[in-house]
This record gives sequence, C-alpha cells and structure tokens, in this order.
Amino acid sequence: MTTIPAERLADVFVQVADTLVDEFDLIEFLQMLTGRAAELVDAAATGLLLADQQGNLQFMAASDEDTKMLELFQLQVHEGPCQDCFRTGQPVTNADLGAAADRWPVFAPRAVEAGFGSVHAIPMRLRTETIGALNLFSDRAGGLQPDGMHIVQALADVATIGLLQERAVHRGEVMTEQLQSALNSRIIIEQAKGAIAQIYTVTIDQAFQLLRGYSRRHQLRIGDVARALVTDPASIPNLTAV
Amino acid sequence: MTRAVAGDDRYGSAASAQVLIAREPEPRDDSSPLEGGLERVCGAAVRALSASGAGISVMTEDGPPGVAAASNPTSRLMEEMQFIVGEGPCMDAFALRRPCLQPDLDDSPRDRWPGYTAGALEQGTRAVFAFPLQIGGARLGVMAIYRDYPGSLRPEHLALALGFAEAAVTMLLNGQQQAPTDEVAGGLGEALEYRSEVYHAQGMVMIQLRVSLAEAMVRLRAHAFAEDRRLAEVAREVVTGRLCLPTNGA
Repeated sequence: MTTIPAERLADVFVQVADTLVDEFDLIEFLQMLTGRAAELVDAAATGLLLADQQGNLQFMAASDEDTKMLELFQLQVHEGPCQDCFRTGQPVTNADLGAAADRWPVFAPRAVEAGFGSVHAIPMRLRTETIGALNLFSDRAGGLQPDGMHIVQALADVATIGLLQERAVHRGEVMTEQLQSALNSRIIIEQAKGAIAQIYTVTIDQAFQLLRGYSRRHQLRIGDVARALVTDPASIPNLTAV
Repeated sequence: MTRAVAGDDRYGSAASAQVLIAREPEPRDDSSPLEGGLERVCGAAVRALSASGAGISVMTEDGPPGVAAASNPTSRLMEEMQFIVGEGPCMDAFALRRPCLQPDLDDSPRDRWPGYTAGALEQGTRAVFAFPLQIGGARLGVMAIYRDYPGSLRPEHLALALGFAEAAVTMLLNGQQQAPTDEVAGGLGEALEYRSEVYHAQGMVMIQLRVSLAEAMVRLRAHAFAEDRRLAEVAREVVTGRLCLPTNGA
C-alpha cells in the first residue's frame, strides 16, 4: 500500500486554499483539483461532474481532457459510477470494470476499451444534497487504497466548498448563479475547441492543448481566452504565439 | 407520458416547461409565430411560478436590444425601462452570462442599479429573476420573471424557470430559420443532445461559414431538421470532416 507523504498532501491543500482566496474561476479551480487528485492517489484519470438544476450530470473538468475521456464522463448522464453515486449519495469504489458489464452495459465496455481496470466515484455533498461526483479511473483492478479514498473524499469536500464559496451559501441565489455560470463556461470551452480545430486544422484534442498552452503562457484564464475567441475569432490572431 | 405537473419533479423540468407552454392559449393572430411562441413562454412562466409578470428581450453582441414578448403591459414597461436606464438584472445577466436573481429589490444595495430599482419599485415589482438565453458563447437575449412580492424562487421553480429559458432559446434559434416554433415533442430529448460534439461542430461551422456562433447553431439545426436527422449525428459528421454545411444557409 502506498502512503502519501504528508508534505505532498500539505502542498496540495495549500494550493487549493490559495485558489479559493484568489480571484476565483470555477473551471480553472476544478481543473487544478482533478489534476492534483490524479497525482495524489495515482489514478490514471480523474474528472468531475456536477448536476445541473434539471438534475442532469454535466462534465466540468478533468485531469486529462481528451475526447475519449470526455465521452466516458458524458455517458454517465445515463449510466455509470457517477450516476449511481449521484443517485444514492454513496461512493462507488474499486468497481471492477471487467466484471461490470451487467451493471453498466454501455459504460463498462467503453471504459475497458479505453484501458481502465477499475473506476471510483466520490459524492460531492452539501448537507443532505448530492451536487455532483468526483470520478477516478485506475489502470488496474482495485487501485484505490483506503488512505487514498479519504484524501479523495477530502478533495471532493473542498471542491464542494469552492463551488459554493462557503460564505455565500446561505443565499441560494448565489449558488445558482455560480453553477449556471460554470456550466455555460464549460460549453464555451467546447465551442472554442471546435473553432480552433477548424482554424488551425488540428484535432479537437490538439485544439484544447493550443488553448491551454496559450492561456498558460499569457497567464490568462482559459475561460476568458475561449470566450474572446468564440465572440470574435480575430481577437486572438495566433494561439501559437509566445 | 406526462409526468409533468407544474415543477414537482426537478428531473423533468425541461419537459414540464414544454407541457406548460403547450397548455397556454393560442397567440393572437397578428403576432408572428416567434412572438406568439415567446408570449406563450411568458404566460406559462407567470402561471407556473406564481409571478406577476414575465418578459423576454432579444439582446445580442451587436445590434440594439429590444423587447420580444411580455405577459402584460407592466412587464413590457419593465423590459423597456432597463434599456432606457441602461442597468438592471437583465443587463447583468446578459453581461455576466449567468442568471441574476434578485429576491427583494427593496432590500438590495441601492447603488447596484439606482435608476432601475427606483423605477421597478414604483411599478410595484419587488423581485426579479433574470435568466440569460444563451448556448455557451452564443447570446440571444434574457428572460425575466417578475413578482410583486419578495422572496426566493423555490428549487423546483428555479428548475422550471431554467426549463422555460431553454424553451425560449429553442424558439429564438428556430425563429431565425423560419421553422415551426411549437416543438413540444422535441423538448427534453433535444436538450440531452447538446453534448460536447455538438458544441465542437458549432465552433467549426462558425469558422467554416464565417458566421456568428449563434448562426452556426441555427445552420446545424436547420440541416438536421431538413434531413430529418438528429443534431448529434449531424454534429459528428461535421467534426469528422464528412459533412461541410453549404455557405448559403440550410
């Protein structure tokens, strides 16, 4: 069983707290969180889904955002560990994908095909309500140890707090405004990927790399760059510019 | 199957909204199909959300804003007033691309919208809930729900309001392609069709045809409609390069 060094753990939580006090961008925050979660528990991929106000799970962020992963996250609006986790409010851990074809007839075979052995989903809970799930994929069966499990639950709790910006939770309106804003930002990023793929004749995955690379080099939020791009493609003439 | 009685089921709120809109009386003869459709959305929203009024304004990146539908003269006045004073929940919802929910205008910081707040209270409006009509970066307008009493929207009302907004988005997109505006049957199934691939295709079509992002979705939907195919299928063909939409519209 691998043990996670305390200092590494502390670093992650400091970084998370730092993001929370900084000028806050939900998508960016969740991307950071899914990335750190993947590193900490050695998951092959992680993603985060939130329920919209119609009760449909929507993909928000992932440690690895290629189209194959995106599909595995999006499928779970119908079936899969996140759907189960969201419905019951209980975690799904170490579900063996090779033996899950009955449980998730569409999701399980696709996840196996993508090279995964097991899958986990940790609920994001606010009081009694489940608002989404953190999804982890492991290369092999099993894969998530008890200490890893606790850390991931802690990260999911932090994500929930970040999403709701704790202080403002008593005003339900703010939560709705935030959630709807994040859902729409996510759509803008997808639209921007399409536009970039067309402009630069690259794949959707390469388009995302270009978008993220540019945002990082220029220390801009990915959501802001995506929005500028879909509003006026000429406003960002060269994404490959340093 | 109608599981949809006024928003008691948060999971079926998009379908509920469609059913409630369909129950609204036929619009007046002199209104266009789009105006008539949007007026039915406003009417249904007022009834279902215990509101005193509702209005829909068209707002885009370029071009002046305008009132598209309102449930009554006061609501129309409220919609017009925000453009005159140049501030208010609808303007914020549009600019920030997210709902702007103001459960008590009398209890909100006056400096946020001084002109709007004074005017609204004078008209007897106490609460305003403004929802952007948009798909990602494509902005079409704002729907506002007005109440003459303070208080938050209950979660099921909120879900339903978002369902009404979604219906209005569909109508505005269809209105631009002159397709039928009454799409009760299509409602929820279509909402679930809006997956990432559809957005990827939308971004690609925007560049291919040199049109706005909103127009790109109009073209995609028009193509799917004309060929009697699913939007997701058409999107997949665009993304894989097997389909290139014609430049001259549907």
